[in-house]
Amino acid sequence: MAMDARDIESMIKAALPDAVVEIRDLAGDGDHYAATVTSSAFKGKSRVQQHQMVYAALQGRMGGALHALALTTLAPDN
Amino acid sequence: MADANQIIDNEVKSNDVVLFMKGTPQFPMCGFSGQVVQILNYLGVPYKGVNVLEDETIRQGIKDYSNWPTIPQLYVKGEFIGGCDITREMFQAGELQQLFADKGIPVQQSA
Repeated sequence: MAMDARDIESMIKAALPDAVVEIRDLAGDGDHYAATVTSSAFKGKSRVQQHQMVYAALQGRMGGALHALALTTLAPDN
Repeated sequence: MADANQIIDNEVKSNDVVLFMKGTPQFPMCGFSGQVVQILNYLGVPYKGVNVLEDETIRQGIKDYSNWPTIPQLYVKGEFIGGCDITREMFQAGELQQLFADKGIPVQQSA
């Protein structure tokens, strides 16, 4: 099973509407991605909390349909 | 059968540094687990590796324990630090070294 990069982006944006999402397909197999997500919702949150917010947006697909998503989260202005 | 959550909780609380990973520190079975092993080895930090591939209840249980969907997972003094990405980011920023120092865990960084 794999996920399309556009689906990943739209799921993240559905949960974090102001998010700027950049996704790279690392292996060209639709299964190993790297994503950078920037959202003001991350302000004041720890890295673990920020990543948990993205995982929550993906509604359980992370670790399932989506094997590998190397994640970088950023709050604007830092 | 012992409760997975209890086993995990015991490992996390009775070891200063625990890495739940796929494979062992000697033979990581996944590139992400391998990256964290390399960082910990580089820092010379004593840690315990728990191979989740040996026990399906631990493999699922650790995800529920931390509300974190992926493996590896690094714990220091009972606190969930992060997975591969966060550990690497912290290492590159020098924050991981600081964290170990703050928690009183000896770091023997070889140049």
